[in-house]
Amino acid sequence: MSEVWTTDFLTAVLAAAIPAGTAILFACLGELLAERAGVLNLGVEGMMLMGALGGFAFCYWTDSAWIGAIGALAAGAAMATIHAVLTVSLRANQVVSGLALTLFGTGLSSYLGRNLVGKPAPDRFSDLAIPVLHEIPGLGRILFDQDALVYISFVLVPLLWLWVYRTRQGLELRAVGERPEAADAMGLSVTGLRYAYVIVGGALAGLGGAAISLGTNPGWTEGMTAGRGWIAVALVIFAGWNPARAALGAYLFGGVEAAQFRLQSIGIGVSPFFLNMLPYLFTILVLVLATGEAARRRIGAPAALGRPYLREERG
Amino acid sequence: MTQAEQPLAVELRGITKRFAGVVANDDVTFEARFGEVHALVGENGAGKSTLMSILAGLYRPDAGTIRVAGEVVTFRSPRDSIARGIGMVYQHFMLVEPFTVAENMLLGKEGQGTWLETAAIEREIDELGRRYGLAVDPRARIWQLSVGEQQRVEILRLLERGARILILDEPTAVLTPQESAGLIRTLRELAADGFSIIFISHKLDEVLAVADRVTVMRRGRVVASVEAAATTKHDLARLMVGRELASFVEHEGEAPREGTGPSPTTSAPVLELSGVGAMGDRGVPALTDVNLQVREGEILGIAGVAGNGQRELEQVVTGLRPVTTGTVRIAGRDVTNCSPAEISAAGVAHIPEDRLADGLIPSMDLTGNAILREYRRPPIARGPFLISQAIASFADRLLRDYDVKAPNRHVKVRTLSGGNQQKLLIGRELTGSPRLIVAVHPTRGVDVGATETIHAILRAQRARGAATLLISEDLDEILALSDRVAVLFGGRIVGDLPAAAATPDRLGLLMAGVTTQEAGAAVHD
Repeated sequence: MSEVWTTDFLTAVLAAAIPAGTAILFACLGELLAERAGVLNLGVEGMMLMGALGGFAFCYWTDSAWIGAIGALAAGAAMATIHAVLTVSLRANQVVSGLALTLFGTGLSSYLGRNLVGKPAPDRFSDLAIPVLHEIPGLGRILFDQDALVYISFVLVPLLWLWVYRTRQGLELRAVGERPEAADAMGLSVTGLRYAYVIVGGALAGLGGAAISLGTNPGWTEGMTAGRGWIAVALVIFAGWNPARAALGAYLFGGVEAAQFRLQSIGIGVSPFFLNMLPYLFTILVLVLATGEAARRRIGAPAALGRPYLREERG
Repeated sequence: MTQAEQPLAVELRGITKRFAGVVANDDVTFEARFGEVHALVGENGAGKSTLMSILAGLYRPDAGTIRVAGEVVTFRSPRDSIARGIGMVYQHFMLVEPFTVAENMLLGKEGQGTWLETAAIEREIDELGRRYGLAVDPRARIWQLSVGEQQRVEILRLLERGARILILDEPTAVLTPQESAGLIRTLRELAADGFSIIFISHKLDEVLAVADRVTVMRRGRVVASVEAAATTKHDLARLMVGRELASFVEHEGEAPREGTGPSPTTSAPVLELSGVGAMGDRGVPALTDVNLQVREGEILGIAGVAGNGQRELEQVVTGLRPVTTGTVRIAGRDVTNCSPAEISAAGVAHIPEDRLADGLIPSMDLTGNAILREYRRPPIARGPFLISQAIASFADRLLRDYDVKAPNRHVKVRTLSGGNQQKLLIGRELTGSPRLIVAVHPTRGVDVGATETIHAILRAQRARGAATLLISEDLDEILALSDRVAVLFGGRIVGDLPAAAATPDRLGLLMAGVTTQEAGAAVHD
């Protein structure tokens, strides 16, 4: 047991926690944007899978992980567009549409990807040590010896935080999610904003998928996101719709995932099934604690989350 | 310069707007000038808010033209209307509650950079606030402000956007008398500065205090547009309610009791409200110290302009809204804050205002709706099972007795006409001979034939000895059916008259908030 508390072991776990958490983080930031605009999208898992497949497929065809990443963004965005049309324009129930999207994405990715299963990845996002910084003891290995997607996420988190809380566009985003009537009366396009954020959110979920298929586990296998999309949805609540706290949560989950492998590898006698279960147990706990209107208001849920907006709401 | 010489700010011509087949505005023409406060009055549902929402760009008219400062305009969204200098303060404020005052002011404002800059706008809020008596803390969050302060934010925001034409939809409905007086001062100052102010209201005192001109709407049409100085509250009330005295005379012949059943003056009270108070949806007191009695074999009509506590009174009696003070008794038993089921079981029938929302299940068939009150009792229920034969004969009897015309028992209630829906609902509620009937707008949206049937049913119930609380905005109906008429104004009973003394003139004045003494004097003038 003592070997768990060595600096080396902890550094290794944390260094693995960051890339493991990055996939969840992208998906979580995407969902956060959609929910801030008032649209709940439970299709994250399906969008991630399509992103993972799209990312790998484009990389496989072009031998470029970067083109793969663009494919992943496009695949996620395309999936999210379906949700936007259904829930924003047609005002369908957001929960039903999102669940359908996850089922659709799971099935479609298995079908489209059947010839890519087990194919070797011609390219991937491999670790790039940042000169000088990566030599900082401990911290260097954790933060500055990672792949490009991780560095992108490092930049994205503060950028989104500034966007949401410090820019005019962020104010509009929050207004649409809190009180679409007010946004509309002030001349903003509720439909346009909701479309934009749902689609951008989907693209980020797709990128999250690529962070797995081109990053941590290069290649394609059916259902390879293994429920990370659901964790991302729960994390948005845990994060209180705040991008900075989303990063914290994502790395926490990444840490659980990383610890699970490392503990097994050093032969700690905990059932792997138990460890596998932990992220989901934590997800359920977060959801239970965050359910109920009062609790949701207290933790800052957008007031119009899940509510379609229709201007001429009259008899 | 007199008002007539001021340029026209707004000209609406031939505006028509329908919602799902219901005509909310029917060929409406309306003008307002710069430099005037123009009041738009009418009962609820008269089409005032719809007309102004069209002017604010929120709804698009089906027909008609809009001119602003002489130019023909088409509004695709509120943004277009704002660009033309029109701003509207809605009844439900368009503010984002978790945002600060300054953030709400910045929302949708043109010409901003990417970063949120609150310092400049905060200074501007202070400045405008001082100038027009609209002081508010720019850093406060909306939910921390009183309703009156929130309203100031709305007005400030419009001023800051450069609006020259301000529309206020029933702005004093949620204000205290002091706040109302302050708002009226602000509006007069704005008009003196050349703004055009359109003030929607049905409080005639205020209208006459603030307005230069008054336009009256009724049932989607403009019925009059007059100088405020040349009219009286009495005239306006009559225009709003739209009753010519002649039309009442016909009804009064059939109104008085036929002399059957117990005499209501001596019979036992069935419903007794003493000192009842209740809160409205916004947390403002909606009923204050209401004292009422309805006796066996009596119909008590509740008259009043909509929004003066009628809905709350209905809900308090039927157990749908908590009573904050006082007691509600039914047949001598204290049922204050009992559940709707308990009150229903005490013998109360409820014919709600919105039959499709609160009375029937539109997507269920006639049979299902018919047994909603009886389904737990034999012969319809036997243990956990519903007996389909008993249900069929029950439903058939109900359809026959109450003259519900439907192709068969299995059509969805949604497909029936309003009159047949209402007869089905009334029939269901009257099953089991209730002691008390709470009927709210029982003939709203119902054709003439069904209206007569429903009135006959209510009279028959009176003859049987039922007590009826009839809440209606239709004075004809109140006068045709009631033995006594009470008037609700501002959540209080301001008059309680025997049918013989309840003339439309007198009721109209009471409904406008003129007290009984004043009303008596005015009628005798």
